[in-house]
Amino acid sequence: MDLSRRGFIKLSGAGLAASSLGALGFGLAGSALAASVRPFRLTAATETRNTCTYCSVACGILIYSQGDRAKNVKSSVIHIEGDPDHPVNRGTLCPKGAGLLDIVRAPGRLTVPKYRPAGASEWKEVSWDFALDRIATLMKQDRDAHFVEKNAAGDTVNRWLSTGMLAASASSSETAYATWKVARSLGMLAFDNQARV
Amino acid sequence: MADLQSQDYIRRSATNLTPPSVRHHELEVAKLIDVSRCIGCKACQSACMEWNNLRPEMEEFHGAYENPHDLNPGTWTLMRFAEYEDEQGNLEWLIRKDGCMHCEDPGCLKACPAPGAIVQYANGIVDFISENCIGCGYCVKGCPFNIPRISAQDHKSYKCTLCSDRVGVGLEPACVKTCPTGAIMFGSKDDMKDWAGERIAELKERGFQNAGLYDPPEVGGTHVMYVLHHADKPSLYSGLPDKPHISALVGAWKGFLKPLALAGLAFAAVSTFVHSIVSGPNETTEEDEEAARREMSGPEMSGRGNSEGKGKS
Repeated sequence: MDLSRRGFIKLSGAGLAASSLGALGFGLAGSALAASVRPFRLTAATETRNTCTYCSVACGILIYSQGDRAKNVKSSVIHIEGDPDHPVNRGTLCPKGAGLLDIVRAPGRLTVPKYRPAGASEWKEVSWDFALDRIATLMKQDRDAHFVEKNAAGDTVNRWLSTGMLAASASSSETAYATWKVARSLGMLAFDNQARV
Repeated sequence: MADLQSQDYIRRSATNLTPPSVRHHELEVAKLIDVSRCIGCKACQSACMEWNNLRPEMEEFHGAYENPHDLNPGTWTLMRFAEYEDEQGNLEWLIRKDGCMHCEDPGCLKACPAPGAIVQYANGIVDFISENCIGCGYCVKGCPFNIPRISAQDHKSYKCTLCSDRVGVGLEPACVKTCPTGAIMFGSKDDMKDWAGERIAELKERGFQNAGLYDPPEVGGTHVMYVLHHADKPSLYSGLPDKPHISALVGAWKGFLKPLALAGLAFAAVSTFVHSIVSGPNETTEEDEEAARREMSGPEMSGRGNSEGKGKS
Protein backbone atom coordinates (compact mmCIF):
# COMPACT_ATOMS: atom_id res chain seq x y z
CA MET A 1 0.00 0.00 0.00
CA ASP A 2 1.38 3.38 -0.98
CA LEU A 3 0.73 5.65 1.96
CA SER A 4 1.99 9.21 2.04
CA ARG A 5 3.03 10.79 5.28
CA ARG A 6 0.02 13.08 5.15
CA GLY A 7 -2.31 10.15 4.42
CA PHE A 8 -0.88 8.22 7.34
CA ILE A 9 -1.45 11.11 9.73
CA LYS A 10 -5.00 11.59 8.44
CA LEU A 11 -5.74 7.91 8.88
CA SER A 12 -4.36 7.80 12.40
CA GLY A 13 -6.37 10.90 13.25
CA ALA A 14 -9.54 9.28 11.98
CA GLY A 15 -8.78 6.10 13.89
CA LEU A 16 -8.11 8.05 17.04
CA ALA A 17 -11.35 9.96 16.69
CA ALA A 18 -13.33 6.77 16.08
CA SER A 19 -11.84 4.94 19.05
CA SER A 20 -12.38 7.98 21.27
CA LEU A 21 -16.04 8.06 20.29
CA GLY A 22 -16.33 4.35 21.01
CA ALA A 23 -14.60 4.71 24.36
CA LEU A 24 -16.87 7.58 25.29
CA GLY A 25 -19.88 5.31 24.97
CA PHE A 26 -21.06 5.94 21.43
CA GLY A 27 -20.44 2.33 20.40
CA LEU A 28 -22.95 0.16 18.62
CA ALA A 29 -25.71 -0.84 20.98
CA GLY A 30 -25.73 -4.24 19.26
CA SER A 31 -22.40 -5.08 20.79
CA ALA A 32 -24.01 -5.11 24.22
CA LEU A 33 -25.52 -8.56 23.73
CA ALA A 34 -26.13 -10.51 26.87
CA ALA A 35 -24.20 -13.54 27.93
CA SER A 36 -25.50 -17.04 27.69
CA VAL A 37 -24.86 -20.05 29.88
CA ARG A 38 -24.17 -23.47 28.46
CA PRO A 39 -27.53 -25.08 27.70
CA PHE A 40 -28.51 -27.74 30.23
CA ARG A 41 -27.59 -31.00 28.59
CA LEU A 42 -30.00 -33.46 30.21
CA THR A 43 -33.29 -31.75 29.39
CA ALA A 44 -34.80 -34.60 27.36
CA ALA A 45 -32.31 -37.37 28.10
CA THR A 46 -33.65 -40.72 29.30
CA GLU A 47 -33.13 -41.21 33.02
CA THR A 48 -32.58 -44.75 34.32
CA ARG A 49 -32.16 -45.74 37.97
CA ASN A 50 -29.47 -48.25 38.77
CA THR A 51 -26.88 -49.25 41.37
CA CYS A 52 -23.22 -48.29 41.24
CA THR A 53 -21.03 -51.14 39.99
CA TYR A 54 -18.23 -50.70 42.47
CA CYS A 55 -18.27 -51.47 46.18
CA SER A 56 -20.79 -53.03 48.54
CA VAL A 57 -22.12 -49.66 49.69
CA ALA A 58 -24.29 -49.96 46.56
CA CYS A 59 -25.07 -46.30 45.93
CA GLY A 60 -28.07 -45.45 43.82
CA ILE A 61 -27.23 -43.81 40.51
CA LEU A 62 -29.13 -42.09 37.74
CA ILE A 63 -27.93 -42.97 34.27
CA TYR A 64 -28.74 -40.43 31.59
CA SER A 65 -28.71 -41.57 28.00
CA GLN A 66 -28.97 -39.74 24.73
CA GLY A 67 -32.31 -40.17 23.00
CA ASP A 68 -35.87 -40.82 24.19
CA ARG A 69 -35.85 -44.56 23.39
CA ALA A 70 -37.59 -44.03 20.08
CA LYS A 71 -37.45 -46.99 17.70
CA ASN A 72 -34.68 -45.58 15.55
CA VAL A 73 -32.41 -44.48 18.37
CA LYS A 74 -29.64 -46.50 19.89
CA SER A 75 -29.28 -45.03 23.37
CA SER A 76 -25.84 -44.23 24.64
CA VAL A 77 -24.93 -43.22 28.17
CA ILE A 78 -23.97 -39.54 28.35
CA HIS A 79 -23.91 -38.82 32.07
CA ILE A 80 -24.17 -40.55 35.45
CA GLU A 81 -24.82 -38.94 38.80
CA GLY A 82 -26.06 -39.92 42.23
CA ASP A 83 -29.73 -40.69 42.87
CA PRO A 84 -31.02 -38.17 45.44
CA ASP A 85 -33.96 -40.46 46.30
CA HIS A 86 -31.75 -43.44 47.12
CA PRO A 87 -31.54 -43.96 50.90
CA VAL A 88 -27.95 -45.22 50.80
CA ASN A 89 -26.22 -42.23 49.28
CA ARG A 90 -28.92 -39.55 48.82
CA GLY A 91 -27.30 -38.27 45.65
CA THR A 92 -23.67 -38.42 46.66
CA LEU A 93 -21.00 -40.50 44.95
CA CYS A 94 -17.34 -41.20 45.68
CA PRO A 95 -14.66 -40.28 43.10
CA LYS A 96 -14.96 -43.67 41.42
CA GLY A 97 -18.74 -43.44 41.29
CA ALA A 98 -18.58 -39.88 40.04
CA GLY A 99 -16.41 -41.11 37.17
CA LEU A 100 -18.61 -44.09 36.25
CA LEU A 101 -19.20 -42.71 32.76
CA ASP A 102 -15.64 -43.57 31.87
CA ILE A 103 -15.94 -47.21 32.89
CA VAL A 104 -19.05 -47.53 30.73
CA ARG A 105 -16.96 -46.27 27.84
CA ALA A 106 -13.65 -47.83 28.87
CA PRO A 107 -11.92 -49.46 25.91
CA GLY A 108 -10.76 -52.35 28.12
CA ARG A 109 -14.22 -53.11 29.46
CA LEU A 110 -15.33 -56.76 29.18
CA THR A 111 -18.62 -56.87 27.28
CA VAL A 112 -18.77 -60.55 26.18
CA PRO A 113 -18.01 -63.81 28.00
CA LYS A 114 -14.53 -65.15 27.28
CA TYR A 115 -13.23 -68.67 27.69
CA ARG A 116 -9.72 -70.05 28.13
CA PRO A 117 -9.72 -73.87 28.21
CA ALA A 118 -7.25 -75.58 30.51
CA GLY A 119 -3.83 -75.55 28.90
CA ALA A 120 -4.62 -72.83 26.37
CA SER A 121 -2.89 -69.47 26.56
CA GLU A 122 -5.44 -67.37 24.66
CA TRP A 123 -8.89 -66.18 25.70
CA LYS A 124 -11.58 -66.60 23.06
CA GLU A 125 -15.01 -65.06 22.80
CA VAL A 126 -17.88 -67.44 23.47
CA SER A 127 -21.67 -67.15 23.57
CA TRP A 128 -23.59 -66.70 26.80
CA ASP A 129 -25.26 -70.08 26.17
CA PHE A 130 -21.88 -71.79 26.00
CA ALA A 131 -20.64 -70.00 29.10
CA LEU A 132 -23.71 -70.77 31.22
CA ASP A 133 -23.84 -74.40 30.09
CA ARG A 134 -20.17 -74.81 30.90
CA ILE A 135 -20.57 -73.29 34.36
CA ALA A 136 -23.64 -75.43 35.10
CA THR A 137 -21.89 -78.61 33.95
CA LEU A 138 -18.81 -77.97 36.08
CA MET A 139 -20.93 -77.09 39.11
CA LYS A 140 -22.96 -80.25 38.78
CA GLN A 141 -19.86 -82.43 38.33
CA ASP A 142 -18.23 -80.92 41.41
CA ARG A 143 -21.38 -81.11 43.50
CA ASP A 144 -22.04 -84.74 42.54
CA ALA A 145 -18.48 -85.61 43.51
CA HIS A 146 -18.20 -83.72 46.79
CA PHE A 147 -21.68 -83.26 48.23
CA VAL A 148 -21.85 -84.17 51.94
CA GLU A 149 -25.28 -85.43 52.85
CA LYS A 150 -24.62 -86.62 56.40
CA ASN A 151 -21.88 -85.84 58.91
CA ALA A 152 -19.93 -88.35 60.97
CA ALA A 153 -22.71 -88.51 63.58
CA GLY A 154 -25.23 -89.41 60.88
CA ASP A 155 -27.12 -86.07 60.99
CA THR A 156 -28.37 -84.70 57.68
CA VAL A 157 -26.26 -81.64 56.76
CA ASN A 158 -26.49 -81.36 52.92
CA ARG A 159 -23.20 -79.48 52.55
CA TRP A 160 -21.35 -78.63 49.38
CA LEU A 161 -17.99 -77.35 50.61
CA SER A 162 -15.81 -77.62 47.53
CA THR A 163 -17.31 -74.64 45.67
CA GLY A 164 -17.93 -71.11 46.86
CA MET A 165 -19.80 -68.17 45.45
CA LEU A 166 -18.87 -64.53 45.48
CA ALA A 167 -21.94 -62.74 44.21
CA ALA A 168 -22.33 -59.19 43.00
CA SER A 169 -21.88 -56.58 45.69
CA ALA A 170 -23.98 -54.02 43.91
CA SER A 171 -27.39 -55.64 44.25
CA SER A 172 -30.72 -54.62 45.61
CA SER A 173 -32.33 -56.43 48.57
CA GLU A 174 -34.45 -58.50 46.19
CA THR A 175 -31.48 -59.61 44.09
CA ALA A 176 -29.50 -60.41 47.21
CA TYR A 177 -32.41 -62.48 48.58
CA ALA A 178 -32.69 -64.51 45.36
CA THR A 179 -28.92 -65.01 45.19
CA TRP A 180 -28.93 -66.23 48.79
CA LYS A 181 -31.71 -68.72 48.12
CA VAL A 182 -29.97 -70.14 45.03
CA ALA A 183 -26.59 -70.59 46.73
CA ARG A 184 -28.00 -72.04 49.96
CA SER A 185 -30.43 -74.39 48.20
CA LEU A 186 -27.40 -75.98 46.53
CA GLY A 187 -25.83 -76.51 49.94
CA MET A 188 -23.07 -73.97 49.39
CA LEU A 189 -21.50 -72.57 52.56
CA ALA A 190 -18.57 -70.49 51.28
CA PHE A 191 -20.66 -67.62 50.12
CA ASP A 192 -20.54 -63.84 50.26
CA ASN A 193 -22.74 -61.23 48.73
CA GLN A 194 -24.43 -57.91 49.35
CA ALA A 195 -26.90 -59.45 51.80
CA ARG A 196 -24.09 -59.70 54.38
CA VAL A 197 -23.58 -55.94 54.30
CA MET B 1 -25.51 -15.40 20.22
CA ALA B 2 -28.32 -16.75 22.28
CA ASP B 3 -29.82 -14.08 24.46
CA LEU B 4 -30.92 -16.41 27.24
CA GLN B 5 -30.12 -14.42 30.31
CA SER B 6 -30.53 -10.83 29.22
CA GLN B 7 -32.15 -9.82 32.49
CA ASP B 8 -29.96 -11.84 34.76
CA TYR B 9 -26.47 -10.49 34.50
CA ILE B 10 -25.47 -7.52 36.58
CA ARG B 11 -21.93 -6.89 35.35
CA ARG B 12 -20.19 -7.45 32.05
CA SER B 13 -16.51 -6.99 31.24
CA ALA B 14 -15.30 -3.94 29.27
CA THR B 15 -18.81 -2.54 28.93
CA ASN B 16 -20.07 0.73 30.30
CA LEU B 17 -23.71 0.23 29.44
CA THR B 18 -26.05 -0.36 32.36
CA PRO B 19 -27.07 -4.01 32.33
CA PRO B 20 -30.77 -4.84 32.34
CA SER B 21 -31.83 -5.39 35.91
CA VAL B 22 -35.57 -5.80 36.08
CA ARG B 23 -35.33 -9.03 38.03
CA HIS B 24 -34.70 -7.77 41.53
CA HIS B 25 -35.53 -10.93 43.38
CA GLU B 26 -32.84 -13.26 42.17
CA LEU B 27 -31.58 -15.34 45.08
CA GLU B 28 -27.87 -15.07 45.75
CA VAL B 29 -26.36 -18.54 45.79
CA ALA B 30 -23.24 -19.75 47.54
CA LYS B 31 -21.13 -22.85 47.89
CA LEU B 32 -19.79 -23.57 51.36
CA ILE B 33 -16.69 -25.74 51.63
CA ASP B 34 -16.25 -27.07 55.15
CA VAL B 35 -12.55 -27.90 55.20
CA SER B 36 -12.94 -29.64 58.57
CA ARG B 37 -15.24 -32.28 57.07
CA CYS B 38 -13.27 -32.89 53.88
CA ILE B 39 -11.47 -36.24 53.56
CA GLY B 40 -9.73 -35.33 50.31
CA CYS B 41 -11.38 -38.09 48.26
CA LYS B 42 -11.53 -35.90 45.14
CA ALA B 43 -15.07 -36.97 44.22
CA CYS B 44 -15.73 -33.27 43.52
CA GLN B 45 -12.82 -33.18 41.09
CA SER B 46 -14.08 -36.30 39.36
CA ALA B 47 -17.70 -35.08 39.18
CA CYS B 48 -16.57 -31.70 37.88
CA MET B 49 -14.68 -33.27 35.00
CA GLU B 50 -17.53 -35.66 34.24
CA TRP B 51 -20.23 -32.97 34.16
CA ASN B 52 -18.19 -30.43 32.23
CA ASN B 53 -16.84 -33.02 29.77
CA LEU B 54 -13.25 -32.28 30.73
CA ARG B 55 -10.53 -34.91 30.39
CA PRO B 56 -7.20 -33.19 30.99
CA GLU B 57 -4.05 -35.02 30.03
CA MET B 58 -2.75 -37.60 32.47
CA GLU B 59 0.23 -36.31 34.43
CA GLU B 60 3.26 -37.85 36.09
CA PHE B 61 3.40 -38.32 39.86
CA HIS B 62 4.86 -35.20 41.45
CA GLY B 63 5.48 -36.55 44.93
CA ALA B 64 2.30 -35.10 46.39
CA TYR B 65 -1.37 -35.94 46.56
CA GLU B 66 -2.35 -33.14 44.23
CA ASN B 67 -3.35 -34.67 40.94
CA PRO B 68 -2.86 -32.96 38.55
CA HIS B 69 -0.23 -30.79 40.23
CA ASP B 70 -2.05 -27.52 39.50
CA LEU B 71 -5.26 -26.13 38.08
CA ASN B 72 -5.32 -26.18 34.28
CA PRO B 73 -7.83 -25.43 31.51
CA GLY B 74 -9.33 -28.91 31.99
CA THR B 75 -9.13 -28.98 35.81
CA TRP B 76 -11.46 -26.38 37.23
CA THR B 77 -11.25 -27.60 40.78
CA LEU B 78 -8.31 -29.19 42.55
CA MET B 79 -7.78 -30.68 45.99
CA ARG B 80 -4.71 -29.14 47.61
CA PHE B 81 -3.02 -30.95 50.50
CA ALA B 82 -0.98 -29.18 53.18
CA GLU B 83 0.74 -30.67 56.20
CA TYR B 84 0.76 -28.41 59.23
CA GLU B 85 2.17 -28.96 62.67
CA ASP B 86 0.19 -27.03 65.27
CA GLU B 87 1.46 -25.45 68.51
CA GLN B 88 1.07 -28.73 70.40
CA GLY B 89 3.11 -30.54 67.79
CA ASN B 90 0.14 -32.37 66.29
CA LEU B 91 0.23 -32.98 62.59
CA GLU B 92 -2.81 -31.60 60.81
CA TRP B 93 -3.60 -32.47 57.25
CA LEU B 94 -5.28 -29.42 55.80
CA ILE B 95 -7.09 -30.29 52.60
CA ARG B 96 -8.62 -27.49 50.57
CA LYS B 97 -10.76 -27.64 47.44
CA ASP B 98 -9.28 -24.94 45.24
CA GLY B 99 -11.20 -23.26 42.45
CA CYS B 100 -12.99 -20.07 41.51
CA MET B 101 -14.32 -18.14 44.52
CA HIS B 102 -16.97 -16.25 42.51
CA CYS B 103 -16.11 -12.90 44.13
CA GLU B 104 -18.74 -10.26 44.66
CA ASP B 105 -16.16 -7.83 43.24
CA PRO B 106 -14.41 -9.96 40.61
CA GLY B 107 -10.86 -8.92 39.71
CA CYS B 108 -10.97 -10.97 36.52
CA LEU B 109 -14.03 -9.12 35.28
CA LYS B 110 -12.52 -5.76 36.16
CA ALA B 111 -9.32 -6.51 34.30
CA CYS B 112 -10.97 -8.06 31.23
CA PRO B 113 -10.75 -5.87 28.11
CA ALA B 114 -13.00 -8.05 25.92
CA PRO B 115 -16.65 -6.94 25.99
CA GLY B 116 -18.82 -9.66 27.47
CA ALA B 117 -16.09 -12.26 27.94
CA ILE B 118 -16.71 -12.26 31.69
CA VAL B 119 -20.13 -11.68 33.22
CA GLN B 120 -21.53 -11.69 36.71
CA TYR B 121 -25.05 -13.00 37.11
CA ALA B 122 -27.49 -11.64 39.64
CA ASN B 123 -27.22 -14.88 41.61
CA GLY B 124 -23.52 -14.17 42.15
CA ILE B 125 -21.95 -16.55 39.63
CA VAL B 126 -19.01 -15.11 37.70
CA ASP B 127 -18.91 -16.84 34.33
CA PHE B 128 -16.49 -16.81 31.40
CA ILE B 129 -18.19 -16.57 28.01
CA SER B 130 -15.55 -18.27 25.86
CA GLU B 131 -17.05 -16.98 22.64
CA ASN B 132 -16.03 -13.44 23.58
CA CYS B 133 -12.69 -14.32 25.15
CA ILE B 134 -9.62 -13.03 23.31
CA GLY B 135 -7.14 -14.98 25.43
CA CYS B 136 -5.16 -11.95 26.58
CA GLY B 137 -4.69 -13.38 30.08
CA TYR B 138 -5.58 -10.18 31.94
CA CYS B 139 -8.07 -12.13 34.05
CA VAL B 140 -5.17 -14.24 35.32
CA LYS B 141 -3.45 -11.06 36.45
CA GLY B 142 -6.68 -9.64 37.87
CA CYS B 143 -7.64 -12.71 39.92
CA PRO B 144 -6.68 -12.44 43.61
CA PHE B 145 -6.79 -16.24 43.95
CA ASN B 146 -4.78 -17.25 40.86
CA ILE B 147 -7.57 -19.32 39.31
CA PRO B 148 -8.09 -18.75 35.54
CA ARG B 149 -5.92 -20.74 33.14
CA ILE B 150 -5.41 -20.09 29.42
CA SER B 151 -5.78 -23.09 27.13
CA ALA B 152 -2.84 -23.74 24.82
CA GLN B 153 -5.26 -25.19 22.23
CA ASP B 154 -7.78 -22.41 21.69
CA HIS B 155 -6.10 -19.57 23.64
CA LYS B 156 -9.16 -18.90 25.77
CA SER B 157 -9.43 -18.63 29.52
CA TYR B 158 -11.18 -21.29 31.61
CA LYS B 159 -12.28 -21.76 35.21
CA CYS B 160 -15.12 -23.10 37.36
CA THR B 161 -18.55 -21.88 36.25
CA LEU B 162 -20.21 -22.91 39.54
CA CYS B 163 -22.09 -25.15 37.09
CA SER B 164 -24.09 -22.17 35.83
CA ASP B 165 -25.87 -24.57 33.47
CA ARG B 166 -27.08 -26.68 36.39
CA VAL B 167 -27.87 -23.79 38.71
CA GLY B 168 -29.78 -22.13 35.85
CA VAL B 169 -32.25 -25.04 35.75
CA GLY B 170 -32.55 -25.33 39.52
CA LEU B 171 -29.91 -27.94 40.27
CA GLU B 172 -26.86 -27.76 42.52
CA PRO B 173 -23.29 -27.80 41.13
CA ALA B 174 -21.91 -31.26 40.32
CA CYS B 175 -19.18 -31.13 43.01
CA VAL B 176 -21.72 -30.26 45.70
CA LYS B 177 -24.04 -33.08 44.78
CA THR B 178 -21.39 -35.76 44.80
CA CYS B 179 -19.54 -34.85 48.04
CA PRO B 180 -19.87 -38.01 50.21
CA THR B 181 -19.04 -36.32 53.53
CA GLY B 182 -21.19 -33.23 53.06
CA ALA B 183 -18.12 -31.01 53.16
CA ILE B 184 -19.45 -29.07 50.17
CA MET B 185 -22.86 -27.51 50.66
CA PHE B 186 -24.91 -25.31 48.37
CA GLY B 187 -27.81 -22.94 48.91
CA SER B 188 -28.63 -19.30 49.36
CA LYS B 189 -25.76 -17.21 50.63
CA ASP B 190 -27.64 -16.46 53.85
CA ASP B 191 -28.40 -20.10 54.53
CA MET B 192 -24.78 -21.03 53.91
CA LYS B 193 -23.62 -18.40 56.37
CA ASP B 194 -26.06 -19.73 58.99
CA TRP B 195 -24.88 -23.28 58.43
CA ALA B 196 -21.26 -22.15 58.64
CA GLY B 197 -22.07 -20.48 61.96
CA GLU B 198 -23.30 -23.77 63.40
CA ARG B 199 -20.24 -25.63 62.19
CA ILE B 200 -17.91 -22.99 63.56
CA ALA B 201 -19.59 -23.19 66.97
CA GLU B 202 -19.08 -26.97 66.92
CA LEU B 203 -15.45 -26.62 65.94
CA LYS B 204 -14.84 -24.10 68.71
CA GLU B 205 -16.37 -26.54 71.21
CA ARG B 206 -13.89 -29.12 70.01
CA GLY B 207 -10.95 -26.84 70.70
CA PHE B 208 -10.44 -25.02 67.42
CA GLN B 209 -10.54 -21.56 68.97
CA ASN B 210 -9.81 -19.80 65.70
CA ALA B 211 -12.39 -21.59 63.60
CA GLY B 212 -14.20 -19.20 61.31
CA LEU B 213 -15.74 -18.41 57.96
CA TYR B 214 -13.63 -17.32 54.98
CA ASP B 215 -15.75 -14.82 53.08
CA PRO B 216 -13.12 -12.12 52.46
CA PRO B 217 -14.54 -8.58 52.56
CA GLU B 218 -11.55 -7.37 50.51
CA VAL B 219 -13.26 -8.68 47.38
CA GLY B 220 -16.76 -7.84 48.59
CA GLY B 221 -17.31 -11.37 49.91
CA THR B 222 -17.36 -14.50 47.81
CA HIS B 223 -19.96 -16.96 46.57
CA VAL B 224 -17.66 -19.83 47.43
CA MET B 225 -16.85 -19.73 51.14
CA TYR B 226 -14.73 -21.88 53.40
CA VAL B 227 -15.17 -23.01 56.99
CA LEU B 228 -11.58 -23.08 58.27
CA HIS B 229 -10.34 -24.46 61.60
CA HIS B 230 -7.59 -21.82 61.47
CA ALA B 231 -9.46 -18.85 60.08
CA ASP B 232 -6.83 -16.56 61.57
CA LYS B 233 -4.22 -18.02 59.19
CA PRO B 234 -5.87 -18.86 55.84
CA SER B 235 -2.43 -19.08 54.21
CA LEU B 236 -1.88 -22.41 56.01
CA TYR B 237 -4.33 -23.92 53.53
CA SER B 238 -1.97 -24.17 50.55
CA GLY B 239 -1.59 -20.42 50.22
CA LEU B 240 -5.19 -19.23 50.50
CA PRO B 241 -4.64 -15.43 50.61
CA ASP B 242 -4.94 -13.93 54.11
CA LYS B 243 -6.09 -10.66 52.58
CA PRO B 244 -6.98 -11.20 48.95
CA HIS B 245 -6.80 -8.05 46.86
CA ILE B 246 -7.13 -7.21 43.21
CA SER B 247 -3.72 -6.18 41.81
CA ALA B 248 -3.01 -2.44 42.17
CA LEU B 249 -2.17 -2.43 38.46
CA VAL B 250 -5.72 -3.45 37.56
CA GLY B 251 -7.10 -0.87 39.96
CA ALA B 252 -4.95 1.91 38.50
CA TRP B 253 -5.46 0.90 34.89
CA LYS B 254 -9.23 0.47 35.11
CA GLY B 255 -9.59 3.14 37.79
CA PHE B 256 -8.02 6.58 37.61
CA LEU B 257 -5.83 5.95 34.55
CA LYS B 258 -8.73 5.06 32.30
CA PRO B 259 -10.55 8.43 32.41
CA LEU B 260 -7.18 10.17 32.14
CA ALA B 261 -6.25 8.21 29.04
CA LEU B 262 -9.72 8.75 27.56
CA ALA B 263 -9.41 12.47 28.20
CA GLY B 264 -5.99 12.43 26.51
CA LEU B 265 -7.39 10.58 23.50
CA ALA B 266 -10.32 12.92 23.21
CA PHE B 267 -8.06 15.96 23.56
CA ALA B 268 -5.75 14.67 20.79
CA ALA B 269 -8.68 14.00 18.48
CA VAL B 270 -10.34 17.36 19.11
CA SER B 271 -7.08 19.32 18.79
CA THR B 272 -6.24 17.53 15.52
CA PHE B 273 -9.64 18.51 14.19
CA VAL B 274 -9.33 22.09 15.38
CA HIS B 275 -5.82 22.34 13.97
CA SER B 276 -6.90 21.14 10.54
CA ILE B 277 -9.74 23.70 10.54
CA VAL B 278 -7.67 26.61 11.82
CA SER B 279 -4.29 26.14 10.14
CA GLY B 280 -5.08 23.47 7.56
CA PRO B 281 -2.43 21.45 5.74
CA ASN B 282 1.10 22.79 5.16
CA GLU B 283 1.43 24.55 1.81
CA THR B 284 4.71 24.80 -0.13
CA THR B 285 5.39 27.87 -2.22
CA GLU B 286 7.37 28.02 -5.44
CA GLU B 287 10.30 29.59 -3.49
CA ASP B 288 10.39 26.55 -1.12
CA GLU B 289 10.49 24.18 -4.11
CA GLU B 290 13.26 26.22 -5.69
CA ALA B 291 15.30 26.18 -2.47
CA ALA B 292 14.82 22.44 -2.21
CA ARG B 293 15.95 21.86 -5.79
CA ARG B 294 19.03 23.97 -5.16
CA GLU B 295 19.91 21.95 -2.10
CA MET B 296 19.37 18.64 -3.94
CA SER B 297 21.63 19.49 -6.86
CA GLY B 298 24.46 20.88 -4.71
CA PRO B 299 27.94 19.26 -5.06
CA GLU B 300 28.09 18.54 -1.32
CA MET B 301 25.02 16.27 -1.70
CA SER B 302 26.30 12.80 -0.86
CA GLY B 303 23.32 11.11 0.80
CA ARG B 304 20.98 11.58 -2.17
CA GLY B 305 19.18 8.34 -1.71
CA ASN B 306 18.50 9.20 1.90
CA SER B 307 17.01 12.56 1.30
CA GLU B 308 14.91 11.18 -1.56
CA GLY B 309 13.65 8.48 0.74
CA LYS B 310 12.71 11.06 3.33
CA GLY B 311 10.90 13.12 0.76
CA LYS B 312 8.74 10.20 -0.30
CA SER B 313 7.96 8.68 3.03
